[in-house]
Amino acid sequence: VERERGQRRLLTGWGRTSPSAATVVRPADRADVVAAIGSAGPRGVLARGLGRSYGDPAQNSGGVVIDMTCLDRIHSIDAPAGTVTVDAGVSLDTLMRELLPHGLWLPVLPGTRQVTVGGAIGSDVHGKAHHVEGSFGNHVRSLDLACADGRVRTLTPDGPDADLFWATVGGMGLTGVVLGATLHVNHVETAYFVVDTDQEPSLDELMARQADHDDDYVESAAWLDVVTTGPNMGRGLLTRANHARVADLTKHAEDPLKFDAPHLPSVPDVFPPGIVNRFTARAFSEVWYRKSPTRHGVVQTITQFLHPLDVAANWNRIYGPRGFLQYQFVVPFGAEDAVREAVRTIAHSGHVSGLNVLKRFGAGNRAPLSFPTPGWTLCVDFPVRSGLNELCDRLDALVLDAGGRLYLAKESRTTADALQRMYPRIDEWRKIRAAVDPTGIFSSDMSRRLAL
Amino acid sequence: VIDAVGNPQSLLLLGGTSEIGLAVAETFARARPLRVILAGRPGERLDAAAGRLRTAGATVSVLPFDARRPETHTEVVEKAFADGDVDVTLVAFGVLGDQEAAWTDLAAAREQVEVNYVGAVTVGVALAQRLRQQGHGALVALSSVAGERARRSNFVYGSTKAGLDAFYTGLTEALRPDGVTVTVIRPGFVHSRMTEGMPAAPLAQTPSQVADVIVRAVRTRQEQAWAPGPMRWVMTVLRHLPRPVFRRLPV
Repeated sequence: VERERGQRRLLTGWGRTSPSAATVVRPADRADVVAAIGSAGPRGVLARGLGRSYGDPAQNSGGVVIDMTCLDRIHSIDAPAGTVTVDAGVSLDTLMRELLPHGLWLPVLPGTRQVTVGGAIGSDVHGKAHHVEGSFGNHVRSLDLACADGRVRTLTPDGPDADLFWATVGGMGLTGVVLGATLHVNHVETAYFVVDTDQEPSLDELMARQADHDDDYVESAAWLDVVTTGPNMGRGLLTRANHARVADLTKHAEDPLKFDAPHLPSVPDVFPPGIVNRFTARAFSEVWYRKSPTRHGVVQTITQFLHPLDVAANWNRIYGPRGFLQYQFVVPFGAEDAVREAVRTIAHSGHVSGLNVLKRFGAGNRAPLSFPTPGWTLCVDFPVRSGLNELCDRLDALVLDAGGRLYLAKESRTTADALQRMYPRIDEWRKIRAAVDPTGIFSSDMSRRLAL
Repeated sequence: VIDAVGNPQSLLLLGGTSEIGLAVAETFARARPLRVILAGRPGERLDAAAGRLRTAGATVSVLPFDARRPETHTEVVEKAFADGDVDVTLVAFGVLGDQEAAWTDLAAAREQVEVNYVGAVTVGVALAQRLRQQGHGALVALSSVAGERARRSNFVYGSTKAGLDAFYTGLTEALRPDGVTVTVIRPGFVHSRMTEGMPAAPLAQTPSQVADVIVRAVRTRQEQAWAPGPMRWVMTVLRHLPRPVFRRLPV
């Protein structure tokens, strides 16, 4: 693909902040990707998938962006072995739908299925199953990486290029372009979950409940209220589940692997700023909390349990033209006070967030820039308005003090200095990257902003 | 890159001793580490401006720049972008001078036009090319309410600002597809070096008040703003007044 054939387009992340223009090329095959890398100009080149990262990691202002969704073939599914070989542009949504009839399940599914395999590797995404399954990179058996020198390297987690493999996992697309991968997948009997919901009236009770028997469930996460102050501050709903077995099903037993994803119409781009405000967020939090009293053993669908937001396309538009940001951090076990302080700070800040997740991470992996480490992770989202900068800076200080870190797939406003302190192995990663891309052909708005 | 909450990492100030421009740089430098390029006529005033921003915590470099020499503007802009992306550019130079001389003396009129209009346009052309390549950025031009309706007292200055205003308003549209936000700022009377000794008009502002308007505009990607905000409605009324009424007003 020649640069001239690309189209100049404005790109943003899912948060719709910080738009920038790039030349977007649509490769027909792997050779086109390699050609685009070869003809990269001074502003470099970057792969982009479905654009679900919130900030600027999938933007390359003034440079070339390769639309990887063009490479979207599923090459082979080996059901007995539990592996699947795919192009990087295949979405987890497509992949999950193809795998289910074989009784196969992606062990790591983030909060939306609308991400590509390449993006899932680049961000080393995690899901509600992290405490059992780890993050996405843990399940990559091999990947093909188009590098700055025009070579395509096949990397494995323990092979001769293991360093580059793990620098690519969580490497935000800055080591090269992932062309395809072979993934390990699990076997399941049904497309349903048996869900235990616990309604907890305060943050302390919520955290205590979550710390108790989390390992009995393959999926576990809590929604919590960060608007309400007082004794009910941080109240929430803990939902934990295991895959339903055929014997668990009463209603859907004749077709246990059937998956129907409901689709609402796309949210129109008509919302003014300020729709998500103190009143709507408070009302939402009240309703959301009340709707789910404690109940155990309920059979739920994938959409109900894992991906309620996937029913509406472009839900990010309700935040209006100024967009929103997600703030997700992890602090080690033992730093529970930092979580409490963060919730208190947010609840008293006047900034509001409705879609909040609290989860316990299990062990991390070998990738230097992988986000998950053992501890508590909290994710909140704020519509952008004045004063948010100061709130986020205060939260950064809390996270740094507790020895925690931010998630790059959601990051959109921290400083290079803070990031350096959050990721102690970042220089190791930089060395691996410099060896394979000495001139920094692969670059992004995020890499420029955070001096990655 | 300007981040999600509107913090820039670098700023180019054309008119490196502009009180408004320096106040903008100081505000941004308080929130995040900021690299500033001060472009202006070399001398004590420029050095003092650099010192002031260093005190505020910014990393400052100084670049010789003369608005009267359009043939040098491409080179100046190239140099300003040599050390990396420029997130915010302020076009903040201008002269006011004796407004009676400005419409009676040819040289005085020409000086006003060359600095305020020609210089602003040539620098804008050079900036536009560089910002398009960069694919992002904020470009802020200091216009004036004097350009919205010509007044007997300062119509030469007003005419230069009207020209600047039209150019940068058009540039806003031209650069939109390239991820660049161009903002036209229209302050009323500002207490500054430029207006020293002049009687203050109603709704007069300090440079730091205008700077606050600019900072907010950059953070929210606004394409035009008045300083103070209500001046917009004042000017809307004034623009539509019949001449016999308008000329009787003490403005």
